Amino acid sequence: MAEGVAVKEAKELTVVKGVTCPFCGVTCDDLEVHVVDGKIKDVKNACVLGKDTFMHHLEGWATPRIKGKPATIDECIEAAAEILAKAKYPLIYGLDSTELNAQRKAIELAELIGANIDHTSSVCHAPSLQAVQTVGISSCTVGEVKNRADLIIFWGCNPAEAHPRHPSRYSVTAKGLFTPKGKKDRMVINVDVRPTPTTRMADAFIQVKPNSDYEVFSALELNRFTKFQCAPMRGHGNVVGMAQVLTWQTGYPFAVNMSRGYPRFNPGEYSVADLLAHREVDAALIVAGDAIGNFPAKMAEHLQSIPLIAIDPKESGTTKVATVVIPTAQAGIAAGGMAYRMDHIPLVMKKVVDSPYPSDREVLERILAKVSSMKNGGNGAPSPASKGRG
Amino acid sequence: MGSSLKIVGGEVYDPANGINGAVKEIYVQDGKIVEACREPSGVIDATNLVVMPGGVDIHTHIASSAVNAARGFRPEDHRHGLIAKKPGIRSGVGFTVPSTFATGYLYTKMGYTTVMEAANAPIGVRHTHEELIDTPILDKGLYILMGNNEFILKYLKAGEMEKVKRYVAWLIRSLKGYGIKLVNPGGVEQWKYGKDVEGLDDKVYYFDVTPRQILKALAWTNESLGLPHPIHLHANRLGIPNNYLTTLETMHALEGFRLHMAHIQFHSYGGENWGGFCSKAAEVAEYINTHPHITTDIGQVVFGDATTITADGPWQYRLYKLSKNKWYNQDVEVETGCGIVPYVYREKNYVNAIQWAIGLELFLLIQDPWRVSLSTDHPNGGAFIFYPWVIKLLMDKEFRSEMLKRVHKRVLSDTTLPNLDREYTLSEIAIITRAGPARALGLTRKGHLGVGADADITIYLKDSDREQMFEHPIYVLKDGVVVLREGELVGSRDGKLLFVVPPDVGEMDPEFKTEFENFYTIEYENFPIDAEDIPNREAIPAGASR
Repeated sequence: MAEGVAVKEAKELTVVKGVTCPFCGVTCDDLEVHVVDGKIKDVKNACVLGKDTFMHHLEGWATPRIKGKPATIDECIEAAAEILAKAKYPLIYGLDSTELNAQRKAIELAELIGANIDHTSSVCHAPSLQAVQTVGISSCTVGEVKNRADLIIFWGCNPAEAHPRHPSRYSVTAKGLFTPKGKKDRMVINVDVRPTPTTRMADAFIQVKPNSDYEVFSALELNRFTKFQCAPMRGHGNVVGMAQVLTWQTGYPFAVNMSRGYPRFNPGEYSVADLLAHREVDAALIVAGDAIGNFPAKMAEHLQSIPLIAIDPKESGTTKVATVVIPTAQAGIAAGGMAYRMDHIPLVMKKVVDSPYPSDREVLERILAKVSSMKNGGNGAPSPASKGRG
Repeated sequence: MGSSLKIVGGEVYDPANGINGAVKEIYVQDGKIVEACREPSGVIDATNLVVMPGGVDIHTHIASSAVNAARGFRPEDHRHGLIAKKPGIRSGVGFTVPSTFATGYLYTKMGYTTVMEAANAPIGVRHTHEELIDTPILDKGLYILMGNNEFILKYLKAGEMEKVKRYVAWLIRSLKGYGIKLVNPGGVEQWKYGKDVEGLDDKVYYFDVTPRQILKALAWTNESLGLPHPIHLHANRLGIPNNYLTTLETMHALEGFRLHMAHIQFHSYGGENWGGFCSKAAEVAEYINTHPHITTDIGQVVFGDATTITADGPWQYRLYKLSKNKWYNQDVEVETGCGIVPYVYREKNYVNAIQWAIGLELFLLIQDPWRVSLSTDHPNGGAFIFYPWVIKLLMDKEFRSEMLKRVHKRVLSDTTLPNLDREYTLSEIAIITRAGPARALGLTRKGHLGVGADADITIYLKDSDREQMFEHPIYVLKDGVVVLREGELVGSRDGKLLFVVPPDVGEMDPEFKTEFENFYTIEYENFPIDAEDIPNREAIPAGASR
């Protein structure tokens, strides 16, 4: 992967081009990051969300600690491994704002300790994934939208605020093979329960009553009329990548249980909300995601009552209460790797600056080796079946 | 086991080197077959056992964005064949769309050591490599979909063959691919408007070129780049009654070029409509028998669950309408499409039974085993784990007769299968499962046990039940290391990617970057894949231009 791009020559401006943004599922890969003296000074081409992600990546950094007391990374890794090696029914969760190889390692760790592994899809697009499992989907990559789509319907989504460059790169003003005039070649319709900033870019707005989408959708057998495609506006970071790698390694996109030594899938049983609400898990590892900050009180409450490990570049609701906090280099900025766009297209994320902290992948790899050695009486070296690029 | 060993007392089937069951010692050193080694650190006693090169699958769908979409949307498929973790062995799920680790183990357990992933949209190849990295033990290559690529269509429209050639070389070099794949050339582009092509001379919308032009251009390009494998073709009109006419016309159009006809069973159908569905295997086999430029794999149907996954969007839509099963479609910018529909082949369904019989007819009627490879077009005709069952059907006329009593009776009247007495020999099986596909792929170190070959070796217990024999090898060696003993995996290791390095035919034009970024949604510089991103790999040089 494209590591080591960072340049530390004094005061010299380095422009890293073709940088992939780790923020959302639009996964723009045309950012230009200006680095001076190992620090990010400017970001071109990014939207406000992406630019903020790079410019403020140093703010709110987490610090390594155990039970609230400062500790070294090594001590934290040791403590995390002890918790996980002892746990009988642990949970590994989060995993959206990180890169593919860290996700790989998290799955391998889940297998080793017989954990439940779930990620933020579980509390977001899980119903879409289950709908696809039930009836399928007719979809396309975003370039098909750019090149061909003459009718765009934004249904219950708000790209103007959530995916700011989706309209210009792919769907509204984007110019492609059969849409050379961009917006003029397209009709844009917005369907939602209330007007949003996206409504302003639409030619028409259709307001539906809350919870009536199903009835409206069912009335439209779109593909009988002409070629229609449907694409979920996947959001956070590399959440699609986590679903991808979990699927190719275990067969299932989320809510996977490894307690029998092989993967099982049962949303409603192995999904994070249910595991926490039923107070079933006895330890949790949260990677690159804020569970406490986003979950209902009842779930957060159980998380706080069990040994909790947080691996995250930044302080969050989760790190504040975690038993062990391990700060890491932020994937896509201070650690390289791979991320998936909302349409399942993989893109390389570059490391543009250094971090004093190890990457998510490295931390997970080291925890994995420790747990493996605690469980098997081995030497702590990665197991022979250990995959990926070390 | 150290870095050298010898295998003694085994009956060796190594058809590429003219060895047909002779008892012969095989020496292995540092992962390769050698003439002899003086003090081998290990000895395998293969007395009364059968020794063959590791199996080579020329056409399978085991890793790609499409395959992963199929996994994700078929949770019901995974509950068959669970694989639990063991030291050094990762867990997984099996059956028609196995997880990646499971795929490596299941092929190995069947004695296969090299497989070719048959359909990859260029923009998704990076994903495929990631899956292949997680597919243990096996050596793997991948074919790149090009038959509906809009750059190629555009160059063809302008008559710029040299640009086609440079572009194809650039794609293979950038993506670390093995060869050129075409799926329903022209038809998948038409599908972007909900349409298809009806025949070789239909024009593709806007680009104004025909499937015939696409076929000839890519066959010519393949030869002029000297790629080791012929163009790998999923022809137009797959799965449709009377498509054998298109199949014959396609093979005829490409006379003078090497051609690999993929899963030809799905292209050998007669009848004006589904009611009149019948076999045209004899006609297709006759053509192949008289035209040595063609190799093929069969795409044998096995009864039971299958997952149909192809880049052939319009066909998958048809199958969705026919089967009323769930349907997944993903059109891919600039390049191709993808469709997925679960399917069950039933013995008593006359279409399915005739499809099953057509595959066997083709196996039995095509005389030269060197030009036929065993495949189920996994998982389109059924899962690869049923290859041993297909081998038994080919080697055992009595078993075929039993099956004929079970399947729909129209097989008796509408196919020639009941009249075919041929039984494959062990040597012929070694050809269609290893030596032949390796030769068709131009893989000179695979599919044989001669000096210099990769020490990928499978050792079987002789059994008159050929399904048992081929389902349960006693030993499998990969690169000279025992990975399976007494039918059990004894350790995993990484397999490598086999990729072709095309000759230097010049850089892309300077304006290509702009064109690329006008129609794609990623940066030109972010498209190529760094070889360093693939930890285990072996470059296969292209040969001389033909």
